[in-house]
Amino acid sequence: MTDMPHPKAKTSSLSKTVLRWLLYIILCLFALYYLMPLFVMLTTSLKSLEEIRTGSLISLPRDITFDAWKTAWSGACTGIQCEGLRPYFWNSIQLAIPAVLISTLIGALNGYVVAQWRFKGANLIFSMMLFGCFIPFQVVLLPMARMLGLMGVAGTIPGLIFVHVIYGIGFTTLFFRNYYVTIPHELVKAAKVDGAGFFRIFWSIFLPLSLPIVVVTVIWQFTQIWNDFLFGVSFSQAGTQPVTVALNNIVNSTTGVKEYNVDMAAAIIAALPTLLVYVVAGKYFIRGLTAGSVKG
Amino acid sequence: MAPILNIQNLYKSYGSVEILKDINVTIEPGDFLVLVGPSGCGKSTLLNCIAGLEPITGGSIDIGGQDMTHVSPKDRNIAMVFQSYALYPTMSVAKNITFGMKVRGVNATMQAEKLAEVAKQLQIEPLLQRRPAQLSGGQRQRVAMGRALVRDPKLFLFDEPLSNLDAKLRVEMRTEMKKLHQKLNASIVYVTHDQIEAMTLATKIVVMKGGVIQQIGTPSEIYNKPANLFVADFMGSPAMNLIPARVHKDASGSRIEIEREDGQSLVLNDAHHTNLPEDVIIGLRPEDIAEAGYRQGDDVQSAVCLVDVVEPAGADTYVVSKLGGKEVTARLHAETNATPGGNLTFAFDLAKVSYFAPKTGERLN
Repeated sequence: MTDMPHPKAKTSSLSKTVLRWLLYIILCLFALYYLMPLFVMLTTSLKSLEEIRTGSLISLPRDITFDAWKTAWSGACTGIQCEGLRPYFWNSIQLAIPAVLISTLIGALNGYVVAQWRFKGANLIFSMMLFGCFIPFQVVLLPMARMLGLMGVAGTIPGLIFVHVIYGIGFTTLFFRNYYVTIPHELVKAAKVDGAGFFRIFWSIFLPLSLPIVVVTVIWQFTQIWNDFLFGVSFSQAGTQPVTVALNNIVNSTTGVKEYNVDMAAAIIAALPTLLVYVVAGKYFIRGLTAGSVKG
Repeated sequence: MAPILNIQNLYKSYGSVEILKDINVTIEPGDFLVLVGPSGCGKSTLLNCIAGLEPITGGSIDIGGQDMTHVSPKDRNIAMVFQSYALYPTMSVAKNITFGMKVRGVNATMQAEKLAEVAKQLQIEPLLQRRPAQLSGGQRQRVAMGRALVRDPKLFLFDEPLSNLDAKLRVEMRTEMKKLHQKLNASIVYVTHDQIEAMTLATKIVVMKGGVIQQIGTPSEIYNKPANLFVADFMGSPAMNLIPARVHKDASGSRIEIEREDGQSLVLNDAHHTNLPEDVIIGLRPEDIAEAGYRQGDDVQSAVCLVDVVEPAGADTYVVSKLGGKEVTARLHAETNATPGGNLTFAFDLAKVSYFAPKTGERLN
């Protein structure tokens, strides 16, 4: 009985395959749909202006030209200056790297204290930090502008770094706290008996454990800071603007013919670093988000 | 010689909640002190106070003759082994063991020497380059011990070190721990909730309940002369039989009368204890109730009782009967003829009997 091929099982396995293929097809359609804008951006950026005007939006470029990329990088005009994105890209790097590193480090220290060195009011302080995550950017614009002015860093890159660090601490603290809270308190006790102090325990025991959550925090912070527009446009001046503000200026301040190919190239250039971070560190991202749920 | 550890009038409270009340404990060099009690009795808190990991509210702690009440853990000359072992996850076994020395600035040759010595002693040499995650429970336990041994401290503190191991390994490590103690003649404070661990390891036991010390004594004192009903009930497995009884005095001593369900009360004569109050709780270990004919002695008295339950346990057979409204367990030899529902003549050995006051629970004899 059992080794006879069952007619019903055969059909059900057939219908299973069909369903599976149907599923793949639907998923592919979705993927295509989501990739469409990127496709349009890429092809448009490789076309000449003439071709854009005459051809259709989704057609492939007839002659591939990198002129638009060149212009976007070093020749496009943002208002009166025509240096392209290059100086602003450099501004963004100068801004994002220190801001990410500092806010991650402070978040790690904060999380370590709140999770492992319980003191009176630790929970209250943590909740207040958490509250900081939910304050909309717009609310702090005016007080922050006044504060930067008082500190003498208004319109400078250090000023912007300061703003991003302050705004990031809530998130980074949350990440690290939730990670460290899963580590048994006995570890700190053992290290204390061994003679290690506050920073020694942090440096020798907790930081080496933290790679997954560091990656999560760095990706999160880098994306936030690199993509930020509001703080960038509010607290910078000519010469210190980040790439997002420059992109806006390139797209919005052209006169005459709209250079769609340059706009597209500029937009892709501005988005590249965050893409890169995801590709390089992405596999740690998921791992880090789920870490702590499984005991090591 | 000064005591290794001297705790006087120690109090500990979190806000208004008193965790430890008036703790006084002294141990001599080479003592193996076990703090035992049900969970939440404050034994682990007391250990943390000794280590300096928890500040105390009142009293003093001397270690090795020096006042350590307000000294930080690293300067107390102690080493501690934790229940979760608390090995540093990113460091190799060797680095775990030498971390303390590295922090204290011991030079590298000395570190290597000590490491080799301890690794040999605990037979963990092949594991030195592994990470804690690559070790089994028993191996982690050894590494945690190694981390403590390498310090060569005045006082070892153990916080339920065996409770994460499976039953078989636990018994093995228990024996090994005892061997180690005998070899090193170390002074140890050991926390456990397992009364068998306490009995087998300790030279001195402290029984705690609700942050108060119930009794301090050698294992045999604790077992044979429990200070109150709590200790009597907590130590020993199966637990001591605690039976309500009435005392009638006459010229030959005391007649202890225990009620039974059939109205025929059981009467035992005790010639040694003459100043008992009228109401008592009589405490008899299961092994002090035998089958008639299997126990001789001046204080052995027989009585016929109804058998409720028979539980063979291999080496012994436990027989449960009902006396004074309580289930009473007797530890009989394995080949007993007791049958549930039948009658059996028991021999009650009063040589090691305990009497307790029903109201206060205190020991009377």
